[in-house]
Amino acid sequence: MEDPAALLQASKIEKSFPGVHALKKVDFTLRKGEVHSLMGENGAGKSTLIKCLTGVYGIDGGDIYFQGQSIRPTSPQHAARLGISSVYQEVNLCPNLSVAENIFVGREPMKGPFVRWKAMEKSAGEILSRFDIHIDVRRSLDSYSIAIQQMIAIARAINVSAQVLILDEPTSSLDKTEVGKLFEIVRRLKSEGMGIIFITHFLDQVYEISDRITVLRNGELVGEYKAKGLSKIALVTKMVGKDYDELTSVSRVESGGDNEVVISLEEVSARHSIENVSLELRRSEVVGFAGLLGSGRTEAANVMFGLEHNSSGTVRLKGTAVRLASPAEAIRRRIALCPEDRKRDGIIGELSIRENIILALQARYGLFKYIKKKQQNEMAGKYIELLGIATPDSEKKAGELSGGNQQKLILARWLATEPEVMLLDEPTRGIDVGAKAEIMKLTLDLCRQGMAIAFISSELDEVVRMSNKVIIMRDRAKTGEIAEKDLNQDAILRAIAGGDAS
Amino acid sequence: MKEMKEVKKTKKSRFSIDIKYIPALAAMFLFIASYAIGGMLYGDRGFLTLRNFTSIFTDNAYLGVSAVGMTFVIISGGIDLSVGSVAALSTMLIAWCTAELNMDSRLVLGLVLALGTFMGFMMGVLIDKLKVPPFIATLIGMFLARGLCFLISIQSITINDPLLRTLGRWRIRLVQRPPAHINISVIIFAVVLVTGIVIMQYTKFGRGVYAFGGNRQSAMLMGLPTSRIQIGVYAFNGFCSALAGVLFAFYTFSGYGRHLYGMELDVISSVVIGGSLLSGGVGYPIGSLFGIMIHGVILKYISFNGKLSSWWTKIAVGVLLLLFIALQRFIVYVADRNKKILKEH
Repeated sequence: MEDPAALLQASKIEKSFPGVHALKKVDFTLRKGEVHSLMGENGAGKSTLIKCLTGVYGIDGGDIYFQGQSIRPTSPQHAARLGISSVYQEVNLCPNLSVAENIFVGREPMKGPFVRWKAMEKSAGEILSRFDIHIDVRRSLDSYSIAIQQMIAIARAINVSAQVLILDEPTSSLDKTEVGKLFEIVRRLKSEGMGIIFITHFLDQVYEISDRITVLRNGELVGEYKAKGLSKIALVTKMVGKDYDELTSVSRVESGGDNEVVISLEEVSARHSIENVSLELRRSEVVGFAGLLGSGRTEAANVMFGLEHNSSGTVRLKGTAVRLASPAEAIRRRIALCPEDRKRDGIIGELSIRENIILALQARYGLFKYIKKKQQNEMAGKYIELLGIATPDSEKKAGELSGGNQQKLILARWLATEPEVMLLDEPTRGIDVGAKAEIMKLTLDLCRQGMAIAFISSELDEVVRMSNKVIIMRDRAKTGEIAEKDLNQDAILRAIAGGDAS
Repeated sequence: MKEMKEVKKTKKSRFSIDIKYIPALAAMFLFIASYAIGGMLYGDRGFLTLRNFTSIFTDNAYLGVSAVGMTFVIISGGIDLSVGSVAALSTMLIAWCTAELNMDSRLVLGLVLALGTFMGFMMGVLIDKLKVPPFIATLIGMFLARGLCFLISIQSITINDPLLRTLGRWRIRLVQRPPAHINISVIIFAVVLVTGIVIMQYTKFGRGVYAFGGNRQSAMLMGLPTSRIQIGVYAFNGFCSALAGVLFAFYTFSGYGRHLYGMELDVISSVVIGGSLLSGGVGYPIGSLFGIMIHGVILKYISFNGKLSSWWTKIAVGVLLLLFIALQRFIVYVADRNKKILKEH
């Protein structure tokens, strides 16, 4: 059973939660000096497996071997002491402490009862310079970007003399250069003999860094493959259990191009966010927004939702100039926004699915109008079915849903308000291929029914496939517009990079 | 996407004050300024004498001791409303045990400090293990301690114990004329303050308190003993409250259930004015020293003026609190905005 090269081996892991059989006899083997990607759709059991390996959950059956010894981690701390460290998507550090402290807190170099700050800062500097990061380790963590924070988290993790490093979605908030930097570090650690488990939704990154890929589906092991011998299509097919074609079959809604304009911005500027932006969203059209992070694409949506206020220019709703003072007003005027960071701005994890769906509706009716329980249940049931949210019932806590289902839930919430304008900010980020296709199809259905849709995404192929027109944002300004007939990824890239696109 | 901006690897190291020090520094400057203004207004009546300066310390040492403990609690992201009651209970116990029970005063002091620590510990357990919000848990402690005072006696009890009298009267004269001195309370306050600074800055426990206050979820995931930290903070503050009671007993030579009503709010406001963030994670014991001193200077204004009602202290403290909380919000806002700008580049 045991593989001699195995560093960490899980065999026939069983795990059930009330109503869900999350892992069914799953095997997983991590070898020394390899990067092993764990792939699967949301809800396939990746996170559950990781949480079993790191002691967040106890296992119901099976065995875990670490360097040939049977282990049963009881907590993440216990796992870390054994040599299994993990770094999560959300940086779990303390923003108010210095960089050096974040690496060392809890195991500071001591002289008697006192922390040796100098020594600690020196070693922190050394550890980070191994990663080619040269920053002032005395400054507080929150003075650095998320990317740097992520690397500091890794520095902390491997400093606990780790043999196994688990990276759970470490790249979702990093840009390309930062990802490159992270991968350099990963490669270095790998060459030092560390075993690395890597979880991500970005297929390109999987192929860039992995030696092996293990695929899970519905809590079952599909198989373990060498990255070199597995094509992308084959991988996706294994993950989704159906053909990749489904994703590529998504295509835009045909539009005459002269539908009624629902909302328009005319030379709108807002402080610290956008400058002189003009655009129109029409009924039954998807307008794509492309641009780098911070280019103003999110901010433009925020202005249309009343989150940021225009300092000059006019916002028009069906031709009438309006002032959107607050999101509440935007909601009353039938505008909806699915925000970029769904955990922070969208889902209220502690509330149930039903309550989350009713929220926006309540905002439209006003706080004091009671919505009957029966009506609430009907509505929740309707949208759960309509959007195919995978849940045993409408009372499950929203925070316990997988990423794709959370995204559907946000959509459901807004659909309940019957909006005319839907602003979608990165609706497909961090969710798996199958769910992506579903979200995109849903969006197009809504479009067909007459909604005006703004679709903001970093995934250019999605933008190309969905949009009737693409607006290019750069440095907070609109730099161009690409019409449907000229739409392809190259054109967008060129426009973002600075070529004239109009 | 091909054209990505370079990751910012290094930040230009230039001389700048970390934004988190600003509230504490502001408190220091405010103290200096208010003292200077007092000098201008009442300089002719001796506002600037060493005697007046040291009396700020002798009058407020008990508050200062409590403020050090409260700083720990507030940095950990909590609050403690029980300090005034626990201090009052301490004065009551000291007076009762020495006067009515004729117990040895050294033993009594030890017992009182142990009891305060224990009460703090129990509140910490309530907060940590039973997840009772600190506001409620310490409210319980506050009522309990206040009630115990009156259970002992509804009267004020005078302290006549010779050792306590000697300790309370003991003082070091710094200058002869006009007479300026410091007493045992000031020395104890200084010791507690320095200990507090050292614990917060240089021990695992202290750094753990900052981590816990900054993000308790992370602190737990980073493997810090969060329960020990949280309970420890309240136990330490319980000790400080009892010690504040001891100093107040030295100051008034009496134990009384009506002593120190509302002290917790004076202490909390001083700590906040001294630059500790109520949301936790940020603050310095030294800042609280300035918070207490500002409070002391306001009292001085009123006594030098002679015509102002002492309630003006409350109004002044209220206004200062408002200003400092506005300052803290502003700093948080600036920090967030800087972060946003940093992210965009």
